[in-house]
Amino acid sequence: MRASPGNCGRWLAARALRVVATGLLLAALAGCAAPQPWVKPYEREHFADPIMSANRDPVSSIYFEHVFESREGARGATGSVGGGCGCN
Amino acid sequence: MQLSSLAQRWHDLRGARLSPFTRTLLALCILTAPVIGGVLPEDRADVMWHYYNGGDITVEGPSVLIRKKVGDSLSFTVNYYEDMISSASIDVKLSASPYHEKRTQWSGGVDYLHGKTTYSAGAITSKEPDYKANTAYFGLSQDMFGDLTTLSLGYRRGWDQIYRDIKVNGEIVNDPTFHERADHRGYSLGISQILTRNTIANFSYELLTDQGYLANPYRKIRYLSPGQGEGFTLADQVYPNTRTSNAASISLKHYLPWRAAVTGQYRFFRDTWGIVAHTVQVDYTQPWHNWIFDGTVRYYRQNAADFYSDLFPRADYQNFMARDRELAAFQTYTLGGGVSYQFPHFSWAPWLTRSSANFHYEHFLAKYSDFRNALLAPEYGAGNEPLYQLNANVFTMFLSIWY
Repeated sequence: MRASPGNCGRWLAARALRVVATGLLLAALAGCAAPQPWVKPYEREHFADPIMSANRDPVSSIYFEHVFESREGARGATGSVGGGCGCN
Repeated sequence: MQLSSLAQRWHDLRGARLSPFTRTLLALCILTAPVIGGVLPEDRADVMWHYYNGGDITVEGPSVLIRKKVGDSLSFTVNYYEDMISSASIDVKLSASPYHEKRTQWSGGVDYLHGKTTYSAGAITSKEPDYKANTAYFGLSQDMFGDLTTLSLGYRRGWDQIYRDIKVNGEIVNDPTFHERADHRGYSLGISQILTRNTIANFSYELLTDQGYLANPYRKIRYLSPGQGEGFTLADQVYPNTRTSNAASISLKHYLPWRAAVTGQYRFFRDTWGIVAHTVQVDYTQPWHNWIFDGTVRYYRQNAADFYSDLFPRADYQNFMARDRELAAFQTYTLGGGVSYQFPHFSWAPWLTRSSANFHYEHFLAKYSDFRNALLAPEYGAGNEPLYQLNANVFTMFLSIWY
């Protein structure tokens, strides 16, 4: 027996609804759980290398940043996270 | 009483003289070390000499930075910075005389680590003959999500006092009729996110507001005056009393398989004066035995502020009028490099864990789209002079020790 075009459409709609509902359920459950770190502490050795430092030599890099800020109209948000200035 | 030959010296000295927020940001950035993984900044000391030469301006001086932990939770930072300025720039030549000056700045800060939160606080004071600036700041940084994410928040407040130098009987003194103030506030948000075992991303946002006297008491606009002198007349600048700016940047830093690091960064900027700016920068770091080599390429462009003009059609043309180069439309290009040598361990100094000698150099080129060399007006006519370009060489050399 062959499905009529109308039946096929309903079947697809029901299937899509189940997929969406399942996805929403999984998303809701995931939202309740604490996010798991996907990079384990023992996999972060590269971030301890000085060449990966956000601001390896602050006394010099901030001086160069000052050279730019004193000759350009823009200011702020020039770097990565620091303890308050956001420019390290 | 006669106006000083130093008049308009600020005109050129965004390089020598820091704007209030530049002072603040510079000092804050030195004081606040990167806080990742809930650890305090390393104990280290740096002694540096900085040098800038461009546009007939030379700025040089020392800077000393010391960081020291006390116990497991506290870290203190002290920084001394000095600018010795010698200027004969295009702006000084236009309406004043060459001069020499010194600015000193002291900064002190403390970081307190409690669990995965680091609290930071400190103060900065800057002094020069005609400008005094004081700033206080507070910030916190919190690690979360398995230490993959660091969230930082910051607030700062600045109070400036602005004077104007004049020459009386050959001696430079503050003009007793001129004393202005400006207040500043800054709010910052930063998010650092480890994406993979080799890649870290940073997002940074800053809202800065200024209120008070924001103009430069020495700088001038020029307006057309056909048939008189060189075809233009100088007059005082008029700035708005408030400015608010928003800046947001994102950067990615990636560790390469052959032990090297590459960083890409983009920043977007907009303010209430009509300036919109874009900055793109790429850095590369390559270690080799006891050496570390750095290279950097940077591109910046901005449009002009709403009230900027190189040459106004007439006097009192509009409410606000400025001719500061920093408010013009221009592009800058920077190419630089650095080299660091890591000394072997010194047996006679077992307390030293590491030490290095460092040299960083950058060449800076600014190409202005609507700022002309007014000194050439007699030759070309007012408004037809060649566009100005600034070429500058900048370097730092410093010794660092960790203990």
